Amino acid sequence: MKELSLNILDIAQNSIKAGAAHIGVFLEETADTLEMTIRDDGCGMTQDVLRGVTDPFYTTRTTRSVGMGIPLLKLAAEQTGGSFSIESVSESDDPASHGTTVRALFHKNHLDYTPLGDVVSTVCTLIQGAPDTDWHFRHRMGERTVEIDTAEMRQVLGGVPLDSFEVLDWIRQSLLEEYAGFDTQ
Amino acid sequence: MKSLAELAAIRERMKDKVVLREGSGDIRVVVGMATCGIAAGARPVLNRFVEQVSAQGLADKVTVTQTGCIGICQFEPVVEVYEAGKDKVTYVKMTAEKADEVVEKHLKGGKVIAEYTISAMDA
Repeated sequence: MKELSLNILDIAQNSIKAGAAHIGVFLEETADTLEMTIRDDGCGMTQDVLRGVTDPFYTTRTTRSVGMGIPLLKLAAEQTGGSFSIESVSESDDPASHGTTVRALFHKNHLDYTPLGDVVSTVCTLIQGAPDTDWHFRHRMGERTVEIDTAEMRQVLGGVPLDSFEVLDWIRQSLLEEYAGFDTQ
Repeated sequence: MKSLAELAAIRERMKDKVVLREGSGDIRVVVGMATCGIAAGARPVLNRFVEQVSAQGLADKVTVTQTGCIGICQFEPVVEVYEAGKDKVTYVKMTAEKADEVVEKHLKGGKVIAEYTISAMDA
């Protein structure tokens, strides 16, 4: 992947496929590090499946829920001297509280760090692809925060779907404005 | 977030359109968004379709959706166009620029761009 934002897009597709009602994408940046967390309340994975997902050769063509995506993200993090973890509770093990959390830590000053890239496009693409899911995106850079929460938006929008072009455009402009505000500070 | 008042204004404008959307979707544009598609550049292709379908006033007729791996990873980004009563058209190795052309000539003008389809690759 040319940008970490593409890894985010890819990994969050797994959360959509897991039938999650809520998906959180959180980025925490310091001067030296970027921590990425993607958390969902989808169907989760059994511990057996979970052990295999970081192995690119584990997947068969019939298992579409996992693939190269997780090994690629793990590699992207570890090649910067960072770390990767994935935790999951399967719906069959705990019907009340299940889901998956993927975490990756990057060292931004490492030669092999992949830039974050166009994260705004990733957020818009995710919402367009799963407009009935509630998305919470938050990017903290020290004191500054860029954030969008579709649950709040839905209260104002009533029945207007999130994938209406005007709404998607509002989301894009909203995020771009927040990011731009920081650049001028 | 930007002002939520703007969202309320969108809701007011969309009230009538939402009803229209129920019967829409004569044409379905499906973009492959698995790892293979994303790595090959599917994100800008998808976003250009979303943008242009709206800009060209086709939103009532065309829906743009995402799917997983279609199984022809070497041809990604792949875009399939489904239209009732017609054969599926599979566009391969797509770019945002090609997406503009597909919207203009195929979705709007009804003419398949043969040289961008998978059949052209086989030949």
